[in-house]
Amino acid sequence: MSAGSGTNNYANPVIRWIEHRLPIFSTMDHMVGSQYPTPRNLSYWWNFGSLAGIALTLQIMTGIVLAMHYTPHVDYAFASVEHIMRDVNYGWLLRYAHANGASFFFIAVYIHIFRGLYYGSYKNPRELLWMMGVVIMLLMMGTAFMGYVLPWGQMSFWGATVITNLFSAIPIFGESIVTWLWGGFSVDNPTLVRFFSLHYLLPFVIVGVVVLHVLALHQFGSNNPLGIDRKSPKDSIPFHPYYTVKDLFGLGVFLIFLAIFVFYFPNVLGHPDNYIEANPLSTPAHIVPEWYFLPFYAILRAITFDILFIPAKLGGVIAMFGSIAVLIVLPWLDRSPVRSARFRPIYKWCFWLLLADCLLLGYLGAKPAEGVYTTLALLGTLYYFFHFLILLPLLGSIERPKPLPASISAPVLGDAAATPAE
Amino acid sequence: MSIKKTLLAASILLAGTGFAIDSARAAGGGTELLHKAWPHDGIFGKFDKAAAQRGFQVYREVCSGCHSLEFVAFRNFQDLGFSEDEVKALAAEYEVTDGPDDEGEMFERPGKPFDQLPSPYPNENAARAANGGAYPPDLSLIAKARANGTDYVYSLLQGYSDEPPADVEIGEGMSYNAYFAGHQIAMAQPLYEDGVDYADGTETTLEQHASDVATFLTWAAEPKLEERKGMGLKVMIFLVILTGLFYATKRKVWADLH
Repeated sequence: MSAGSGTNNYANPVIRWIEHRLPIFSTMDHMVGSQYPTPRNLSYWWNFGSLAGIALTLQIMTGIVLAMHYTPHVDYAFASVEHIMRDVNYGWLLRYAHANGASFFFIAVYIHIFRGLYYGSYKNPRELLWMMGVVIMLLMMGTAFMGYVLPWGQMSFWGATVITNLFSAIPIFGESIVTWLWGGFSVDNPTLVRFFSLHYLLPFVIVGVVVLHVLALHQFGSNNPLGIDRKSPKDSIPFHPYYTVKDLFGLGVFLIFLAIFVFYFPNVLGHPDNYIEANPLSTPAHIVPEWYFLPFYAILRAITFDILFIPAKLGGVIAMFGSIAVLIVLPWLDRSPVRSARFRPIYKWCFWLLLADCLLLGYLGAKPAEGVYTTLALLGTLYYFFHFLILLPLLGSIERPKPLPASISAPVLGDAAATPAE
Repeated sequence: MSIKKTLLAASILLAGTGFAIDSARAAGGGTELLHKAWPHDGIFGKFDKAAAQRGFQVYREVCSGCHSLEFVAFRNFQDLGFSEDEVKALAAEYEVTDGPDDEGEMFERPGKPFDQLPSPYPNENAARAANGGAYPPDLSLIAKARANGTDYVYSLLQGYSDEPPADVEIGEGMSYNAYFAGHQIAMAQPLYEDGVDYADGTETTLEQHASDVATFLTWAAEPKLEERKGMGLKVMIFLVILTGLFYATKRKVWADLH
């Protein structure tokens, strides 16, 4: 960090002594403290980044204790989860907090992502910040998917079978890759044990990418609802105490919602079939992934026809991974120099349409892949890609943005303070 | 964005998720279940222990002939109001297999409170062989393994009819049940009016039997329900106060900015 040694003027002598040898206090101050200047106009939509970080921490803490009582073996996994639910002290609380915590982690991250989409947080100079965020989302999806396999219920087993089978769509190497993933010729004990190992490893990889994400964030600081750069010191306030206390309030609200699910609706977000032990000989009527995968699942199943030399199955897999790949290159697809949708009259509507499209896809992902649902899923998928690949590049040249305010403090502090502060 | 708008948006998102899941469940199909207002529903819900005990009696006299309850141990019955001595006596009425002993032989002994309830069949193959190929599922989690499980058990046990609708064809050895997926169930009607005598004088209608079994199996699937809801209330009160304090602090800290 930027050698805090020069500013070691802490009142407490113990802190001063430590700081002199290990600049931990000044580092914290620069990360999330009074030395980190933050735009003064952040709305509550900016709470979800720290909420996602706290959700990740909660998952790791509950997960580590759950792993102490869980047995990764096809003969014992299901029973060991019931052992946690019935015999381990507060095991039910740990497991319900972990299972629902995963959902709330995704809720926080999805809101965080759509906030970034609305306010153009991915644009120059925050492209890498955004891209690492997409990597975090991908890692989360892998982690969540493998975590859902661990209880070894019917949906665990059949979800794992369906999703790992996707890789068989890869030409030539597909079948070999699937055998390699499974560690055998079907989802079985080797699959369960490696999923457990990776489910324990990946969260720490996520922590690593989160550190990079935050490092990149600190390079230019947060974007803001106006989407304009900070021009004077008046545009910023220190992160602590202003945003620490605001984030704490947001955390309280977040925990209330989480607690409602953990204590009163602990199984609503799960599937009843996962309370039936995995049975390779009996396929459930409908294999449905967890709710946070439903839009992607709908895209996967939307391609029901061959496209030239690409078979339908491969087409679906390409579309699904493509739906995330377009997010990676989003900073270069959006050609508009204006960040915030507040000043982009057409993009604003496109944003809400995209959100509605994603919710529609999520709804369709929960429906059986037949009849009108498949048609709608195809339309929803086409619109998703139309938004990113055609609409966004086009808007850059045809949209006439509204005039941007002169500075962040101008609209916040009113005209009296709007005179240049230099 | 104001807090109200943010909260509203969050609620809409949550509601949307719930809607998607509900409709996914509904896609599973089937007749609308019989519903009863259960004492264990709701924020303050507690099990009707007398009903659960009667349900256990019905399980023991009827269901346990074919259905195991492998995740329930005798010691768990203290949750239902059995005393420690009653649990010991209850366990001792069962024979369990233990071993191997010093000679390497398995042996039978009376049950102890730490034993799980013995299963009627040694394995799935034996269960299928004794039931014409059908497998009577373990009932430990049945109330969570079906959508609206309590109502499902309650409905299924009352859903039998000797005269199925004309458009339903019933196979050899199968029974018609209005609430079973596909309406064909391998289990013959297990409960009838006056099928089990209750010592506490409760009427012995089919509805009462079904209700008691549903209560018992809900407890078996979620024995920590009361502990969970009890703690939930304290946690909610704590969180609401804490969040209120955070909000007041936020207002005070930010006051000098506006």
